[in-house]
Amino acid sequence: MEQMNTLGYPILSSVIFVPIIGAILMLLIKRTNESLIKWSALFFSILTFILSLPLFTNFDKKTHKMQFVEHHEWIPAWNINYSLGVDGISVLFVLLSTLITITCVLVSWNSIKTKLKEFYIALLLIEGAMIGVFCALDFFLFYIFWEAMLIPMFILIGVWGGPRRVYAAIKFFLYTLVGSVLMLVGIIVLYFYGGKTFDILKLSVMNYPYSMQLWLFWAFFAAFAVKVPMFPVHTWLPDAHTEAPTAGSVILAGILIKMGAYGFLRFSLPFFPDASKAMTPVMMTLSVIAIIYGAVVCLAQTDLKRLIAYSSVSHMGFVTLGIFAMNVNGLEGGILQMINHGIVTGALFLSVGIIYDRTHSREIADYGGVATVLPVYAAFFMVFTLASIGLPGMNGFIGEFLIILGGFAAKKWAGVLAATGIIIGAAYMLWLYQRVFFMEVNPKVQGLSDVNLREIITLLPMVILIFWIGVYPNTFLSFMHVSVQHLIDRLNIGTAPEMTLAKLLFFK
Amino acid sequence: MKSYQLIPFLPLAAFVINILLGKRIIKDKAHWIAVPAVLASWVISVFTLFDVIGGKVFNEDLYTWIISDGFIVSVGFLVDQLTAVMLIVVTTVSSLVHIYSVGYMHGDKGYYRFFSYLSLFTFSMLMLVMANNFLQLYFGWEAVGLCSYFLIGFWYEKKSASDAGKKAFIVNRFGDFGFGLGVIMIFLTFGTIHYEPVFNAVNGIVGQSINILGYDISLVTLIALLLFCGAVGKSAQIPLHVWLPDAMEGPTPVSALIHAATMVTAGVFMVARCNPIFNLSHVAMNVVAVTGAVTALFAATIALVQNDIKRIIAYSTISQLGYMFLACGVGAYAAGIFHLYTHAFFKALLFLGAGSVMHAMAGELDIQKMGGLKKYMPWTYWTFLLASLSIAGIPGFAGFFSKDEILWQAYASGPLGKIVWFLGAVTALLTAFYSFRIVFVAFHGKFRGTHEQEHHLHESPKVMTLPLAILAIGAIISGWVGIPPLIGEFLGIEHSDKFGAFLAPVVGHPHAEGTHGEEIFVMLLSILFAVGGIITAFFMYIKRPEIPVQLGESMKTAYRVLWNKYYVDELYHLIIVRPTFWVAQSVIVGVTDGKIIEGIVNGVPRAIGGFSEILRRVQTGFAHHYAAVMALGLLIIMIFLIL
Repeated sequence: MEQMNTLGYPILSSVIFVPIIGAILMLLIKRTNESLIKWSALFFSILTFILSLPLFTNFDKKTHKMQFVEHHEWIPAWNINYSLGVDGISVLFVLLSTLITITCVLVSWNSIKTKLKEFYIALLLIEGAMIGVFCALDFFLFYIFWEAMLIPMFILIGVWGGPRRVYAAIKFFLYTLVGSVLMLVGIIVLYFYGGKTFDILKLSVMNYPYSMQLWLFWAFFAAFAVKVPMFPVHTWLPDAHTEAPTAGSVILAGILIKMGAYGFLRFSLPFFPDASKAMTPVMMTLSVIAIIYGAVVCLAQTDLKRLIAYSSVSHMGFVTLGIFAMNVNGLEGGILQMINHGIVTGALFLSVGIIYDRTHSREIADYGGVATVLPVYAAFFMVFTLASIGLPGMNGFIGEFLIILGGFAAKKWAGVLAATGIIIGAAYMLWLYQRVFFMEVNPKVQGLSDVNLREIITLLPMVILIFWIGVYPNTFLSFMHVSVQHLIDRLNIGTAPEMTLAKLLFFK
Repeated sequence: MKSYQLIPFLPLAAFVINILLGKRIIKDKAHWIAVPAVLASWVISVFTLFDVIGGKVFNEDLYTWIISDGFIVSVGFLVDQLTAVMLIVVTTVSSLVHIYSVGYMHGDKGYYRFFSYLSLFTFSMLMLVMANNFLQLYFGWEAVGLCSYFLIGFWYEKKSASDAGKKAFIVNRFGDFGFGLGVIMIFLTFGTIHYEPVFNAVNGIVGQSINILGYDISLVTLIALLLFCGAVGKSAQIPLHVWLPDAMEGPTPVSALIHAATMVTAGVFMVARCNPIFNLSHVAMNVVAVTGAVTALFAATIALVQNDIKRIIAYSTISQLGYMFLACGVGAYAAGIFHLYTHAFFKALLFLGAGSVMHAMAGELDIQKMGGLKKYMPWTYWTFLLASLSIAGIPGFAGFFSKDEILWQAYASGPLGKIVWFLGAVTALLTAFYSFRIVFVAFHGKFRGTHEQEHHLHESPKVMTLPLAILAIGAIISGWVGIPPLIGEFLGIEHSDKFGAFLAPVVGHPHAEGTHGEEIFVMLLSILFAVGGIITAFFMYIKRPEIPVQLGESMKTAYRVLWNKYYVDELYHLIIVRPTFWVAQSVIVGVTDGKIIEGIVNGVPRAIGGFSEILRRVQTGFAHHYAAVMALGLLIIMIFLIL
């Protein structure tokens, strides 16, 4: 058995279940005691973060094997196990999740005014579930976490969202459900083919026949592509992001949409190496379309959150491009860019939430001259804007550059076209910044107060990470090297011929 | 840490201190942080220069920046002859501009912010010139662009200023697009992006080609041209020159430092730095030379008719940068860098002089509303005059030596060289003319501004005129280190072209082929053009001021085309900006996302019997409804599969 847990205590379980237990305990708090609700949510989120830190410090970067592994029988009749572990691909997402949740609690402090208790309970439940997704090594357990996370998320959008929250929540639900169900079929097929096991590690090293790989690739693709979201199944994202409360947008952007890309890395690539290789041109085409399409459409947005949501489509296009470049640079860039995007887009949504609390408007036209009125806020937003457009010295650059390098090495056209996304990216982000922060002060923002200490504390970790990754990315890249190399070794057994989008669509 | 490694980090420290503490604590004392930092960098740079003259070359890594598979990049410094020259140029002009700004920006509410950005810029520019690999070069490259964006849009409440900053950044991104791909090509070709191993291995790829869309293109040509894309953007050459004139929205010290002396010359520096690559590709060299020559002439013609003093100087900068590329393109890198170095002095002086005038005239930019300023602002006038003599190329002044060197090297480099020489020579005539048009229109004659302006006319404070005086000295004597052997022999100076000899280990010697007679002819012709341009300007603007008016009326079309800068901005708007927005608005929002994808997403459930309606009803409940539906679905599938 590949079992390693050097810590001697079940760290992953505690990181998953501390927030869930916290949520349950919060049920006991009186609804009227709002400050206790907020402080306990903050306490549990910080506690979880602290508990997750040994993953960072005690991670063994020299092995591709799963670490901090826990393994218990659960439902022996169906050979279902409670099995957890992280490797170089997943470990950073656990840490990102625990960090992002704290910022979500902080940013909601004064903006959530109704059903406080339920809100923070939902938030903590989401945290537990999403960490579970990144740690699960049993398909059954994985699927439970995968779907469990949707319920509180759905509620979060549907209850505390904007005016069109119901539409957005249902759309989010429908999209994800369709994708997930197809994946479930795939999981069940694997279960029977693999001799009735849900063990992800065992299933990942089996060699499936090519035709089966193809079908399963697409079944899993349905779930992951919706989550990423890839073109053309991205239209739930702008609605969900726009209508969700700030914390919801941050979790969506920061963690939830990473799960699609994580799914490609953890399942599609190692399980179906032949099919993945064959589909490389298709995936790269879709990625490049997402990069350019998502960027161009940002130029037509009039809503702050919608613009940032669409920019996610573009940025996640980079991620999937890096993943399907299937070389070390592309994959490492892709994984790093997932983290980067979580930090930067998360921070952008946090920032929008901060100003929204003051103006209650998401319309770009309602702003102008904010830099004059809220200079400190403007400085934070500038850092996030620059990180988003990939300025060297900040995190976005490292990720994007590695991805374009990997993409170019794999397919020249993909690298070249992806690079155009960086031009458009600068255009829409700087134009956004100009319209909101520069020029004459809009009367609607006159007299607003600058960020307070709580808000600074919310944003500061993001700024630190942006520069940390930008100046010394090796801290984070070094987690990935061995695991990514292992993944590539696995992929290299694939020999199937490549298939292009045109061939696929027209059965040529 | 070795002392030269402090050069970029002192300004960085000043930036960090000012940006964090400036608003509340330091305020109008910001220069007490920024100025000492940059002066210290200057002092260390001078010592470093002497180290390099003494034969030392530094090439050391500070730490490993990125490791991803074979892609291993360090942050490190290469200080050789070329870098040493750039260090002197950057820290000297930056120091003087810092000092000048103490007076110029006095009382501005963004005072600390201004000095923060200046420090950040100085750091970035120093990182750029000291890099020992392409990615760090790229870092500096983008970072100076960022500072340029901040400083152009410094008065961000003005729409025109924030527009100009944004435009500069985005236009530069077009160039960087190519530059970035060039860096990637270099890595994929050589397996490293550090200068030394790349330049050592570059001879090995001659003859290799790469297939693009069915055409075989020489690998080295492709790499060189991709890198040159970046230079075209940063150094505002055709077709990416459009951002620089607009960049004049920034405070004038910024124009002097960033948009004249240092940042915009980064492209020239980069081409010179990459000379081992460019030298191997005739095609790329010719592209560089022709781009430079055409830009030089193109920008000079626009400068002829403009009335905005800063814009005239901006077009003049584009034109002079063209000269530098022209030189690089004919293999005379040392001459290009020499012109970069002399240009830094006289062009920064021109800008700071213009700033001094604006300072006195409450921000007035139109030279037609000036006139007779000579008697009100003697320091500004005399220094401006010296700078103009220098840029015009009057013998003895710095500009003469560097420009003459470029023109002669071009002339002597072959048939294409003759063509670019001719363009360069004509440009020299125009340069002398438009430079002295400013001198005569703004400083001579009668004052044409408002009474109020006249009442306030004054010479600028010492903190501003001192840098002018120092730069004026530079505008004269900085050329004396590169006196061509022809004149050197005449004057009895041995090895008079010290500058070229100093840079030779990095950029080599150009192979000029020509007789002494030809060299004398080229030199006399440039002198003739310089003097001719000045006399023409004198005649047209002092003696017979009605001529320009008549000329403008008799050649209306030509005048209008020049006045509107050949309509390049309008063209770009028509073929790039508008179509992109049209696609965004009408195609994507209107059709693909709005109708097709959303149509399917919303339509499919509706088509199968109001499925969405059912779901909507289900969703009015809470989690248990949802969970029930999910469980049901799961059950159905399980049953289906097990059966």
